[in-house]
Amino acid sequence: MGERRGGAGTARRSRRRRLSVVGVLGEIFITAGVFTLLFLGWQLWLNDIIVGNEMRDQSEHQSALWQGNASTAEEDPSPPTPDEPPVADKPGSSGEVFALMIVPRFGKNFYTPIAEGVGTTQVLNRGEIGHYPTSSLPGEVGNFAVAAHRTSFGKPFNNIANLRVGDHIYIETADGWYQYGFRNLEYVRPTGVGVLLPVPQNDGATPGDRILTMTSCNPLFSAAERIIAYSVYETFYPRTEGPPAEIAGTVLVGD
Amino acid sequence: MYGALWRILPGPWWVRVLILAVVVAALLFVCVQWVFPALDLMIAPTDSTVES
Repeated sequence: MGERRGGAGTARRSRRRRLSVVGVLGEIFITAGVFTLLFLGWQLWLNDIIVGNEMRDQSEHQSALWQGNASTAEEDPSPPTPDEPPVADKPGSSGEVFALMIVPRFGKNFYTPIAEGVGTTQVLNRGEIGHYPTSSLPGEVGNFAVAAHRTSFGKPFNNIANLRVGDHIYIETADGWYQYGFRNLEYVRPTGVGVLLPVPQNDGATPGDRILTMTSCNPLFSAAERIIAYSVYETFYPRTEGPPAEIAGTVLVGD
Repeated sequence: MYGALWRILPGPWWVRVLILAVVVAALLFVCVQWVFPALDLMIAPTDSTVES
């Protein structure tokens, strides 16, 4: 450190001090830039992976719990048929996880809990899917409506616009797996509550189908509109008979 | 700012690097744990539900 010695070093230090206002300002700007990039990396990539894995772990845990209960339960005297599936139990309190969603189109790792209520801090911002409390339940004639984030907070419904007609959406409950077939997308204003009606957008009509309605924000990274995905109930797989082959790679039960 | 910080830190260069690494790791942890989630709530669209 030769430059520390003598007059040359003092001059250098004083020159540094004179530059320091601009220098410090520049360093603050660079720091702010790095902070912003770190935040974006976290928001758009890292946190979604972390939350997605958390949701997957939570789902696997819940599924194993149901599987354990089912193996000790008594034989059902009147087993459900695909035409008359069991109706899921009404969740006791808001925030309670009562179902899981599996969508092969969203990837093999998509395995996300559905909790009661659509509160942002209580359900949606945790990365879970929220059930509109006034809507029907899985297996019930009417409209089973859920909401989830499309960007950030684990972005469960990030690929909602990539669904294709006929894609299967599975809802897992304590009883087994409900299979829904995707039918169509709709775009509505944030106040478009008609999508939650027992027969969507048809007030007063008598429901005959079992509909699954998924709502999320649209366009990506905006809350100007809502994207709606409608699916119709197709069949039911009782827990005792195991999950359908299509989702055997996602649901790991009975090992 | 960072130059001054480097001069204030004691010890040989590798001790300073070690101290800075620990400080940076702590700052990153605070950001990921508390600062970023709070910022996210302010910035990200949190509305994915329909309501009247």
